[in-house]
Amino acid sequence: MNMLEVENLWVKFPTRQGIFDAVRGVSFTLGKERLGIVGESGSGKSMTGRAILQLIRPPGIVEADYIKLEGQNLLDFSEPQMREVRGQRISMVMQDPKFSLNPVMTVGEQIMEAYLLHNNTSKAQARAKSIAMLEAVSIRDPERVMRAYPHEVSGGMGQRIMIAMMLIPDPQILIADEPTSALDVSVQRQVLDIMDALVKERGMGLIFISHDLNLVSEFCDRVLIMYAGRVVEVCDADKLHEASHPYTRGLLNSLPRLDQPRKHLEVLQRDPKWSEAPSVGGHS
Amino acid sequence: MALTDGTEQRRPRAPLAPWLKGSLLTLGSIAVTMLGLLFVTFIIGRVMPIDPVLAIVGERASQSTYDAVYEQLGLDKPLLVQFFYYLTDVMRGDFGMSLLNARPVSEDIARVFPATLELATMGVFMGIVLGVPLGVIAAVRRGSWIDQVARVVALVGYSMPIFWLGLMGLLIFYGILGWVGGPGRLDIFYEDIVPARTGMILVDSALAGDWSVFKNAFSHIILPASLLGYYSLAYISRMTRSFMLEQLSAEYVTTARVKGMSERAVIWRHAFKNIRVQLITVIALSYANLLEGSVLTEIIFSWPGIGSYITTALLSADMNAVLGGTVVVGLIFICLNIFSDLLYRVFDPRSK
Ligand SMILES: Nc1ncnc2c1ncn2[C@@H]1O[C@H](COP(=O)(O)OP(=O)(O)O)[C@@H](O)[C@H]1O
Ligand SMILES: [Mg+2]
Repeated sequence: MNMLEVENLWVKFPTRQGIFDAVRGVSFTLGKERLGIVGESGSGKSMTGRAILQLIRPPGIVEADYIKLEGQNLLDFSEPQMREVRGQRISMVMQDPKFSLNPVMTVGEQIMEAYLLHNNTSKAQARAKSIAMLEAVSIRDPERVMRAYPHEVSGGMGQRIMIAMMLIPDPQILIADEPTSALDVSVQRQVLDIMDALVKERGMGLIFISHDLNLVSEFCDRVLIMYAGRVVEVCDADKLHEASHPYTRGLLNSLPRLDQPRKHLEVLQRDPKWSEAPSVGGHS
Repeated sequence: MALTDGTEQRRPRAPLAPWLKGSLLTLGSIAVTMLGLLFVTFIIGRVMPIDPVLAIVGERASQSTYDAVYEQLGLDKPLLVQFFYYLTDVMRGDFGMSLLNARPVSEDIARVFPATLELATMGVFMGIVLGVPLGVIAAVRRGSWIDQVARVVALVGYSMPIFWLGLMGLLIFYGILGWVGGPGRLDIFYEDIVPARTGMILVDSALAGDWSVFKNAFSHIILPASLLGYYSLAYISRMTRSFMLEQLSAEYVTTARVKGMSERAVIWRHAFKNIRVQLITVIALSYANLLEGSVLTEIIFSWPGIGSYITTALLSADMNAVLGGTVVVGLIFICLNIFSDLLYRVFDPRSK
């Protein structure tokens, strides 16, 4: 059963030189799985994620045949209806907790707010729920962290707080947009494992956006490879080495490997034809 | 200090608690600023080509009278000693006698300052109440007609000479329409009715429960206050707009939207909270500006405030009055700075 179906998604920005297409006809479906989106910086990964939540701000334009969430077309939703979707049914974790948490509100205020927006309960209950959620992301002293301000917590903890905040209203889908790119290498794994465990436990669908092919192939079930706003290839993560598109092959060959050390890493050669060819459908 | 839970490295502890260091620095800079202010006014008093003794005894006094007053003023002592006397006088609130009316300058200031305080407070209040929402809306609806209107309003406020706006205002609203009271703080029949407790007539008449005086005072203050309010609005709305634009593009705003928050809550609960600190500084600056006494406004509206007091004193070479007024204005400036610094600490958790 597909939770999310995206068909022919375009994201356009009017510029002085004409319309710039950041996303060009992307299609894919998402079930209870971990779908990776990989591509170099500027390939339209974030815009794809934000378009699903209808968070592209004007003058940006989103067009698609449909974006269906459990059969309902989100494009037909009004803004108040979209607010019910955001947070509660689809949520998103962003890159850097240093910027994605409000610097003048305590961690507790921000998590409780996420819960209270979609649940009509008392503050006391929201508080209890928030503390439980912080424990679920392996924060040892949740009472103290609730009172802390974002600048008082480390990057790894900030991102776990972000995950707690985004999962507290119990969404079905989580979009994680480079959730570990801003973190120390030493804590990346821990944050990913915590996120993975929660997503599995709750039977959620995950869209994992990254520029790191290694990470995605290890962490996801299926991978979309994006180039210049298009999906150039779709692979099962464990069959990435069988990938046929020259861009994907290029990405693979430019990665350092421990099992087969190489003297030189290949430099990616780009072919302008790649950005002209139509998107590959990412349906499972 | 970052909270950690053992999975990440601890950073070493700072030697002195940052807030303590911050407070000491603030106190130190206040003391230095005040001393500097007094030193400058003292020096000005000494280098002015006005003989303070002659100003008191008159041109035709005998040499012995002259010498007696010279000594009485302490002018025969070394400069440093004179400065010390000056400091202790000022500490006691003694700015010497006004040469114009032979009354203590401190009494004059106590009389004129409330007039300026009342006007400036009302002006800055209008500037905040109208300017902040206008700036926020202009930022949120960037490029819309309302943003354009806000821009024009501010531009006119920046570029229109205040005496021209003031005179036009008087002509239209007082002369032609008769909606407001004319120059001065009260019509003559209402003067000296309510006891002067604060020196601010709106407050005094409200305290005395005399609403006819209150109404009359209001009709007099509303026009000059609106004028000052307009200038304050122009500045505050522009600054608010640019602060808000910066915040609205921040990532935590997207986070708030992802949570499913309404746009209004995103703007006021999240983004606006982050500009409070900067806004306080801007408002304090605007208020300080008005409190220094907007000389032209006070002159056009015959407003007996500190701006016109200092100007009159300057034109008649009444040095004690000029210096006393300057010190008071400087002190207000410093106090407002301290106050905005304190609020800063309250509103920005990162400053603790
Ligand atoms: N407001 C905007 N106006 C014009 N172009 C934009 C805007 N926002 C993003 N873009 C462009 O859209 C493209 C895709 O961006 P993005 O989805 O953020 O890439 P990434 O794959 O690195 O996440 C980029 O080339 C970026 O320059
Ligand atoms: Mg991105």
